[in-house]
Amino acid sequence: MAEQSCLVDNDWICGEYLSTRGQELVDATLQHIGITLASVAIGLLVAFPLALLARARRGVRGPVLGLTTVFYAIPSLAMFSLLVPVLGLSVSVVVTGLVLYSLTILVRNILAGLAAVPEEAREAARGMGYGPVRLLFGVELPLALPALMAGLRIATVSTVSLTTIGAIIGYGGLGNLVLSGLRSYFKAQVLTASVLCVLLAVVADVVLLLVQRLLTPWTRTRRRRAPRAGAAKTPAGQAVA
Amino acid sequence: MDVVERTWTWLATGAHWTGGDGVWHRLDQHLYLTAVSLLISCAVALPVAVVLGHLGRGGALAVNLSNVGRAVPTFAVLVLLLLSPLGQYGSWPTVIALVLFAIPPVLTNAYVGMREVDRDMVEAARGMGMTGPQVVARVELPLAFPLIMTGVRSAAVQIVATATLAALAGGGGLGRVITAGFRLTDTAQVVAGALLVAVFALLVEGVFVLLARLLDPVRRRAGRTAGKVAPTPVSDV
Repeated sequence: MAEQSCLVDNDWICGEYLSTRGQELVDATLQHIGITLASVAIGLLVAFPLALLARARRGVRGPVLGLTTVFYAIPSLAMFSLLVPVLGLSVSVVVTGLVLYSLTILVRNILAGLAAVPEEAREAARGMGYGPVRLLFGVELPLALPALMAGLRIATVSTVSLTTIGAIIGYGGLGNLVLSGLRSYFKAQVLTASVLCVLLAVVADVVLLLVQRLLTPWTRTRRRRAPRAGAAKTPAGQAVA
Repeated sequence: MDVVERTWTWLATGAHWTGGDGVWHRLDQHLYLTAVSLLISCAVALPVAVVLGHLGRGGALAVNLSNVGRAVPTFAVLVLLLLSPLGQYGSWPTVIALVLFAIPPVLTNAYVGMREVDRDMVEAARGMGMTGPQVVARVELPLAFPLIMTGVRSAAVQIVATATLAALAGGGGLGRVITAGFRLTDTAQVVAGALLVAVFALLVEGVFVLLARLLDPVRRRAGRTAGKVAPTPVSDV
């Protein structure tokens, strides 16, 4: 009896799919990584000054936190669709939407991290003649790094999984393969793309964890007494689908 | 802006609200999916979280579960379930996907809420001779209530958002207005659908914020005592 091709059988796991459509998978993965990286990087660039502003002025704090929370409650399908008339059918729609989502987590965590900096550390630095800028970058920011990185990890992982929704306008990275796989009832494609997506999230999380450990060598000796206070205080874990 | 005007016209057209593809029908489906999934996830997650939180076990499970939940792409799970043999059973694949994604926030928040109750209070309650279930019912649950409600609210909003995605996979719900708009390349309908979904999600969020306030047992008790005490002037303070 001749071996039936798993493509013909429409199996969930199919080696032939990997070998014949490898390029398609690589392209989708690269698009996925590109969109995620761009969104998180822009998110961080926007969130940092926003958090500083929110910290400096009480009047700004409420609206900033309120607005980012409202963004977070908007379903992704609606978010991307609302941005289409403004930005046209382009990759910037997906990136903008993802940036708006990441702001909620990033701003909150940066604020929490900065607030957790001990007052004595600030006083000591001021006593040593540190100006506000040097105080921020030399003392406060390094001490706030664990909380900031915790936020960055959450934002990155949820951005990886939210990128898939970009498929509705054709810029969903691996999500494109999931959607087209659904339409053609192609099981191997859906499963492979889904697994790759989860792997991508896990790899990104591990990489960021390593970066955090490299950047904050001093936390390792203290960890037993203070187990990642910043991470524990993050508001209820949720990823808006 | 032209789009705004056309969106308004779309929304103001009565024909778009009635019938099988109408807004009312889609809203009905969305509400049904949300309610069923939320009830199932609370029924599954809350008892587990309360027991684990009371015993002080399974903290790693609660935290890891919520982390894993974030990493798994909702949309992919939805499609995987639809393509699996479950796909034949109407809206059940959607409900199962929604429940899977709603359990982590409910479980994690309820667990953390139970753990964060002041240990001194629990000790005091035990000292007064309360049994385990009594401590849970009279001390831990009322004090953990705000955090438990935060978890339920997150879950509800998440379910509303995820139920929107069901439309991408051919299911019902408000998302269908958007996906149908995309197929017809009708920008006004896409924007109208997105607005409806966004408003619905924010409404659900708002309703749960209100519910949490109204039902909070500690706040209610405080309110009652305050009402009783207020009229009598306290001289020695």
